[in-house]
Amino acid sequence: MEISESWLREWCDPPVDSETLINQLTMAGHEVEGWRNAAPDLVGVVVAELVSVEKHPNADKLNLCQVDDGSGQFAVVCGASNVRAGLKVAFARIGAELPGIRIKKTKLRGVESQGMICSALELQLAEASDGILELPQDAPPGESIVDYLALADRIFEIDLTPNRGDCLSIAGVAREVAAINKIPLLPGKVTEVADSTAQGFSVELEAPQHCPRYVGRLISGIDPQARTPLWMQEKLRRCGLRPISPVVDVTNYVMMELGQPMHGFDFDKLEGGIKVRLAEPGEKLALLDQSEVECDADTLLIADHAGAVALAGIMGGLDSSVQSETRDIFLEAAHFTAVRLAGKARKLGMHTDASHRFERGVDAQLPPIAMQRATELLIAIAGGEAGPLIDALAPEQMPQLPRVELRHERVQRLLGIEVERGEVADILQRLHMQLDEKADGWQVTPPSYRFDINIEADLIEEIGRLIGYNNIPGTREASHIRMDSFSEQRVGVNRIRDVLVEQGYFEAVTYSFVSPELQAVLDPGRSTLLLSNPISTDMSVMRTRLLPGLIQALRHNLNRQQSRVRLFETGLCFVPSDEGLAQTPHIAAVISGGRFEEGLYSQGDPVDFFDIKGDLEAILRLANGATTRFEPSTNPVLHPGQGAEVSLNGENIGFVGGLHPTVLEALDINQPVFVFEIELSSIRDAKLPNFSELSRFPSIRRDISITVDEDMPVQRLLDNIFSIKNEILQEVFVFDVYTGKEVRNSRKSVALGLILQDFSRTLIDEDVENLVIKILAQLKEHCNAVLRES
Amino acid sequence: MSEDLDKLLQQASCSISEAADMAALDAVRVGYLGKKGELTALLKNLGQLPAAERPVAGQAINQAKNRVQELIEVRKSTLADAVIASRLRTEKVDISLPGRGRGAGGLHPVTLTMNRIDKMFGKLGFDVAEGPEVEDDFHNFEALNIPEQHPARAMHDTFYFDDGMLLRTHTSPVQIRVMEKQEPPLRVIAPGRVYRCDSDLTHTPMFHQVEGLLVDVDVSFSVLKGTLEEFLKMFFEQDDLKTRFRPSYFPFTEPSMEVDISCVMCAGNGCRVCSHTGWLEVLGCGMVHPELFRHTGVDSEKYTGYAFGMGVERLAMLRYGVNDLRLFFDNDLRFLQQFA
Repeated sequence: MEISESWLREWCDPPVDSETLINQLTMAGHEVEGWRNAAPDLVGVVVAELVSVEKHPNADKLNLCQVDDGSGQFAVVCGASNVRAGLKVAFARIGAELPGIRIKKTKLRGVESQGMICSALELQLAEASDGILELPQDAPPGESIVDYLALADRIFEIDLTPNRGDCLSIAGVAREVAAINKIPLLPGKVTEVADSTAQGFSVELEAPQHCPRYVGRLISGIDPQARTPLWMQEKLRRCGLRPISPVVDVTNYVMMELGQPMHGFDFDKLEGGIKVRLAEPGEKLALLDQSEVECDADTLLIADHAGAVALAGIMGGLDSSVQSETRDIFLEAAHFTAVRLAGKARKLGMHTDASHRFERGVDAQLPPIAMQRATELLIAIAGGEAGPLIDALAPEQMPQLPRVELRHERVQRLLGIEVERGEVADILQRLHMQLDEKADGWQVTPPSYRFDINIEADLIEEIGRLIGYNNIPGTREASHIRMDSFSEQRVGVNRIRDVLVEQGYFEAVTYSFVSPELQAVLDPGRSTLLLSNPISTDMSVMRTRLLPGLIQALRHNLNRQQSRVRLFETGLCFVPSDEGLAQTPHIAAVISGGRFEEGLYSQGDPVDFFDIKGDLEAILRLANGATTRFEPSTNPVLHPGQGAEVSLNGENIGFVGGLHPTVLEALDINQPVFVFEIELSSIRDAKLPNFSELSRFPSIRRDISITVDEDMPVQRLLDNIFSIKNEILQEVFVFDVYTGKEVRNSRKSVALGLILQDFSRTLIDEDVENLVIKILAQLKEHCNAVLRES
Repeated sequence: MSEDLDKLLQQASCSISEAADMAALDAVRVGYLGKKGELTALLKNLGQLPAAERPVAGQAINQAKNRVQELIEVRKSTLADAVIASRLRTEKVDISLPGRGRGAGGLHPVTLTMNRIDKMFGKLGFDVAEGPEVEDDFHNFEALNIPEQHPARAMHDTFYFDDGMLLRTHTSPVQIRVMEKQEPPLRVIAPGRVYRCDSDLTHTPMFHQVEGLLVDVDVSFSVLKGTLEEFLKMFFEQDDLKTRFRPSYFPFTEPSMEVDISCVMCAGNGCRVCSHTGWLEVLGCGMVHPELFRHTGVDSEKYTGYAFGMGVERLAMLRYGVNDLRLFFDNDLRFLQQFA
């Protein structure tokens, strides 16, 4: 909300400068986000009278004016069509400075011009203007325009919180300023206007729970030619409202000043009387902004006996709107309950100054006061006769003021400092709360405009706020230190991340919603969770895997001259199923390009399957004591010969491998890419290390070299070896795999190192030979393995 | 005799100093001191001298032998030094060339920031809590005292799914989930992703928050203030960091405040980053609203609590001087490498 400082000071004028005032408001919870001067400096612009106007001798569209600014007469050439003798104008003398213009003596079509007659636009008092600014007849020539229009004013931009609808007006902010500075509000501005005609109008409250009060008044016979006075236009402008016509301006003015949204109808267009009622489903209404709404059954309408005339609390109807020739006005100031209005305008895609206020709550006591104020202002501007003030009221449905209990002891409990009883009472009374003393505190009745005060904590907030949170010292809490077991059976996500970082990976953070196309390529056939209101279709489906985001990040880098990329990410993936939505944390990595940075030690040999597998194994090892296995994968995203399903303790936890060439093509990537993705939780459980005796006897290494069919997975050999019951085989490792000239017929040679050791004695050759024979027999039988002759 | 010996010694000395390597030196040694060496031969022939001359001659020969031995040792060590020197010469490397090794990667600045916050509050005994990102209306709004028609909902540009579920708009629902599950005293910190349907220069549809919650019998605003003041000083490593607590409004805390710090870019003098106010808003906080206790069955007469929430990217931007929020989600290596 924007407000004029000088208008605010008309209501409450504390002896502090603007900067202090701004700081006070901010620190009371009404953050002043910024301020600006209400007008530029306008040095040398003064009030002047147009003494005479003649046609310019050499130009049809220009006039030659004699201007008197009190100090003398000046000849000024002016092109505006509204110049006429006797008019009071804003005159920029020679040497005056306007935004972007410095006034100099000049010749226009051969005639000397000694200054400029200004438009509102040139003075930056309007965004557009049609002709020069016309000042009131009583404007004193010679007075600077800055003084005359009180332009030495500042516009405050206040960011009000949604609970403080009561501050959406000059009066509301002034109440706060008064409470902060412990000074009274300046005397009220509202004078009652007695009715001078008897003509009323029927008002029926058909939905009193939503509109318990409707104040109306007929103002008849206004002058349709009347114009809003400059002072009012200026105040409205400085509060961000565009002057339109006296009726609209007066209702806006009252809204801005007191906080009560109002509406003016063309009385001639109203049939029979006002009915405040809920809409018939499907009922249509053409609105002021030329749009048409179709209402549902919970839309509150202002209707006459013929049909809807306004969307209650949001916007007036087009057909009943005040026109340039309208003379009889029916003014409305109603109380609509906040709950009814809240969200309604938004649902209709609308947001108006009125709806903004009603949603936040408007004082139910305000409508008759606002009506008096509007009557007074409108009649002063446009004349006319006031009818009786109609106050349709449903007392049962009027908002009830809560009585809130405040215990003195709770103030300290919540704020952490002791506040004396007297000070508590003083603060609340400055906020116009009514207090009933009780033994342990008070019964507090907030003023009718404070919809935000309902519980004890609300009152304590007011106390803290007015004391100032900066005046409450921060304390350290009493120590609550307790021990932590730092479980060794739980692997921290940070530990897992660190291992990958040590392997040269950078951590990525990608959006949780991805493009459906990309996801379909990288997780084909999976059902997905779609956003109803995505930012764009590129970000419309929740990721079922981390891969789509990582691949996108990979492409981002490949497209920016980074040919070597190593990225990983951890985060939730979202897979809907019949049992509901699974939100499972994953960890995934993607590598592409050189194994090492290209340079002295590496010519940029590209990564392969075993690089990514090694990196995956590095984090799988963190799950101390778990058994991991890799089985060939049929995952269509992976290269059929370079893909594995990963299982941990017998459960599938993810996959690892190279991306399928057709997938790469679909992704428009033309270098091999290797990935893994596993469920993060699978590797977060570790076994507590459990010591086992060390053997005191030496170990023996025995190597065997065998040939097997080329397709035989080495894992199968190892499985077979370990299936042989024995006490002495400690470890088996592969140290060579060879295919080529020496081995023919689609065979390959595998060299295995066996480490043998006993716990009770030193092994003898016989022990070793016996086991090797058993191993070779097992491998021959189950794996068609042949001992290779050396 | 002594003339011959002198000559021999001179010859030997010459040969020794001319021996170019260990093998040549050894040959010289054998030539003089070996079984068939010239000096050995002289000793052998000693018997042929008259008995009276023998002791003197013998002594002279032995002296010559020792002298040769000495010269050989000296030469040996000279040669050994030369060998090492030459080896060192050939083994010399250009130490300005780069070292070998893959080099480490790095964590994302959002993770770095969250980890730091976790650790700092971890020291105060706060445990990390987590919650789902696809949330229900109850936990994201209703239980946080943001009913259906509440104007605060308009400020949360919420992503919805067809079944009425939504992407959490803040980490505050974790407060509710923790209070539902555990009995006070509670002290948790909840870092995580949050989502708002908003995308422009200064907003991304996903970002990160860290939520804090403390519920105990003696928690007051003063404690909240003391804790956050200390945290902010520690986080920015500025002992003289100024903070101010402004009254604000969140439906789930009462009273509510926003916390500003003196601008870390301009030391509070006013710059573009702080919109020339000298202040930067960095977090929101307040005392847990009794309505949250009601929803989760916590006795609000016995317990009070504080809660706070902060934007991780905002803090990371201020700490590391990052000037564009969107960089966090491009995952450009040139960006990520700066935090390694």
